[in-house]
Amino acid sequence: MLDVITILVDGVVYASYLFMVALGLTLIFGVLRILNIAHGSLYAFGAYAAATFTTFVPALGLPPEFSLIAMFLAALAVAIVLAPILERGLLRLFYGRDEVLILLITYAVFLVLEDVSKLIWGVQPYYVFEPRNLFGNVEIGELFYVGYDLMLIALAAVAGLAVWLGLNKTKVGKIVLAVIHNPDVSACMGVRVNWVYLLAFFVGVFLAALAGAFTSPLISVQPGISIPIIIASFAVVIIGGLGSIPGAAIGALIVGIARATAIYEFPAAEVFIIYFVMAIVLVFRPEGLFQRTQARKI
Amino acid sequence: MHASTKKTYLAGLLSGLALIVLGFALPDWLLFTVTKAFGYGLVSLGIITLMRGGLVSFGQGLVYCIGAYASGLLAVHAGVTEAPLLLLIGMAASTVVGLIAGPLIARYRGIFFAMLTVALSMVLYGLLVKMNSIGGSDGFTLPEPTFFGWQPTVETSDLALYVLAAIVVAVAATACRLYYDSMAGMLALAVRENELRVEYLGSSVFNVTVRNFTIAAALAGLGGTLNGMALGHIDPLFSFWTTSGEFVFIAVLAGHLSVSAVFVSSLILELVRSFSNRYFPETWQLVLGSFLIAVIIFLPGGIGSLWERIKGGRKPTGQKAAERAAEEGRAAP
Amino acid sequence: MSTPSNAPTILEAKDLQKRFGAVVAAQDINIAVGLGDKLSLIGANGAGKTTFMNIVTGYLKPDSGSILLEGDDVTKLNPRQITQRGVCRSFQIPQLYEPMTALENIMVAFGASGRRFSMLRPADDAETVDQAHAMLKRFALDDYADRKVSELPGGVRKLLDIAMALVRRPKVLLLDEPTSGVSVDEKFPLMETVMEALSTEEVTVIFVEHDMDIVTRYSDRVLAFYQGQVIADDDPDEVLSDPAVQKYVTGSAKGGAAKEEAEA
Repeated sequence: MLDVITILVDGVVYASYLFMVALGLTLIFGVLRILNIAHGSLYAFGAYAAATFTTFVPALGLPPEFSLIAMFLAALAVAIVLAPILERGLLRLFYGRDEVLILLITYAVFLVLEDVSKLIWGVQPYYVFEPRNLFGNVEIGELFYVGYDLMLIALAAVAGLAVWLGLNKTKVGKIVLAVIHNPDVSACMGVRVNWVYLLAFFVGVFLAALAGAFTSPLISVQPGISIPIIIASFAVVIIGGLGSIPGAAIGALIVGIARATAIYEFPAAEVFIIYFVMAIVLVFRPEGLFQRTQARKI
Repeated sequence: MHASTKKTYLAGLLSGLALIVLGFALPDWLLFTVTKAFGYGLVSLGIITLMRGGLVSFGQGLVYCIGAYASGLLAVHAGVTEAPLLLLIGMAASTVVGLIAGPLIARYRGIFFAMLTVALSMVLYGLLVKMNSIGGSDGFTLPEPTFFGWQPTVETSDLALYVLAAIVVAVAATACRLYYDSMAGMLALAVRENELRVEYLGSSVFNVTVRNFTIAAALAGLGGTLNGMALGHIDPLFSFWTTSGEFVFIAVLAGHLSVSAVFVSSLILELVRSFSNRYFPETWQLVLGSFLIAVIIFLPGGIGSLWERIKGGRKPTGQKAAERAAEEGRAAP
Repeated sequence: MSTPSNAPTILEAKDLQKRFGAVVAAQDINIAVGLGDKLSLIGANGAGKTTFMNIVTGYLKPDSGSILLEGDDVTKLNPRQITQRGVCRSFQIPQLYEPMTALENIMVAFGASGRRFSMLRPADDAETVDQAHAMLKRFALDDYADRKVSELPGGVRKLLDIAMALVRRPKVLLLDEPTSGVSVDEKFPLMETVMEALSTEEVTVIFVEHDMDIVTRYSDRVLAFYQGQVIADDDPDEVLSDPAVQKYVTGSAKGGAAKEEAEA
């Protein structure tokens, strides 16, 4: 019984930051039709930026709660700097061309960003452990869980809700949806489609960086943290369906809990299980569980 | 025999001989680098074969790794050390996997095909990492290979493997060129351009895809076995998606028009890798990534298209059009 | 079912029914086509001509009913299998291999029709090249042989599309709006070229057309479609003077159905 709760909590916590990354990934795919291999690198940049920004908090004599603001600002900074460079500077050159070509470009961006982070922050690990104490410990059943981890679940829920509401209930969101359905007609209607693309990409990058920033207290921030996130987030969006927000949530939960189960019960199957599920879904239901995109088949 | 077929056989024979002779002049470290380049090139040749059918596989690591492990395990546990035999075994193992996986994934296109190949290669990676009986994530080392009974000395082992690799590459390159120039190869290009029409002309796109995938698997198995022997060590990273990404990089750099461009590209990659590892170990990926972007932007047809522009076209039937295009400064069809 | 021309029946549609939700695309379609018939299908967009053509070529499966080719039931076969049985089609928007030359496009068609081991032959094999040139000459396209298809004018692309369908020497050739997208003064020359090319063999031709002059000139039998049903099946003069056809299809003489509905 204890095991089940632990697995669930761990799984859902992991699913939370995975969801935020996947949400960004699926949003970028939905609007720009780009499958961004480099998305995990943006998560890493968020974590590194948070490592840097949170050092300003004690330096400026601010109370530790301000680290949360620092982390938020770190994610924002990453998005403000990288989104325009990547989207306007590079990806825009390939719109309308073969989707696999853009895949190769995002793969190249991943390679570049990996080393850029090493150039900026070096290869030593960073630890952002202070914010982890901010929420104390919460007792569930007979065990204590770190309050901060549970806060991540709330953050993910807020992020998901915000994006969903933003898309469906605001004027800007409706315009984005129009562009998703038909960019050409939207352009004829006077929509500045280029701005919509930049906005969607910005939000996607911000979500990944946010996940990285707020997860930094749980990990040691060092080169290579992007790779398991790239792997897992891809599995999530394939399972949930490319372009689907509820799909990203369900996919994240499936992957998160499967991984937690594997870690505790079948340690040998950890990496294998995620990819196995992804392969099964691709073979039997390539559109994912929440059909949005039609899989190209003959 | 057909004129262009004769030409291809001749080209293959001459390149093979030239490479072997060259081997005697190269220093050991370069022999090792070029042998690895040959191994990588073989896998990328398979990716080119798939690209000529309109598909990109980001998971060739799967069959590359299978070839390496199959031959490697036989070398370690069954005492098989004959390099030529190991190559055949590695190729056979990968081909079998290709024949099994091919029909399963041949119906998918675009990014779904790419994702599926990644998923399969990562499933293998996940499995191998946990199989401690065969080395787990550390992998295992291989015994020194023999060549038709002869065990080379430490000084000659690099050269021996290089010569074998050169022969394999010459044969594989010739075979691929013959396939590309055949009607079956032309049909594959047609599939790339318009699948619908191919079906309505009575030919099966599915069959073409399975055929291409199996050929790619065989080539990857050869490459994996070769590299395993060159490195002397095999581990699950052979199946990791970043390894597969390097094969794709070579294929993009080479373009799908010229077979020799593939091996030139893989050599470039290996040389840049050695150079970077020595002088800029922290920016190797930056170089690779920037290079890839530059190639895609400025030379979308790959190195092969440069070749073709200079030579004025390969296929006799396309020659007039190619010459006209060359005059007008456009890329050959 | 006997055919009006009394030629042997090569293609039969029996009791075809097809709905897409509330839309009736095919209802009680019963047609017998004789070998060598030149048959045209007319009707407004959405009347069911394309549905019929798609069912015959295997792209769609009817809700019920069957298609018989030389007596064999081919209803369940897919487009590739139907093509292999000798029913080939051309496309309204030409489906070509854009970066390849006109000659190469025809060569691919030959390659696709070849036997398994002939595929290992070099693509530029003299025999294949000669056969391809011969086919291009039949359509007066040989001058374009080495030109890239993406650069060819519209009328040429349409002819090439039809030529590719003819490579297999099919028993039944379906042409989907062969003169659509072609300028008025090019329509007749195009059809003349096509019919001239077809004259050397016994081919059954079924074409979908909107131009009644083309229909009158080049077909000896016309099927008029309306709301999924065949409302007329006769020679061109009879069909075009049929009041129902004039009301629902050609819109001539009495102003047509649209005008009547507007006045109602």
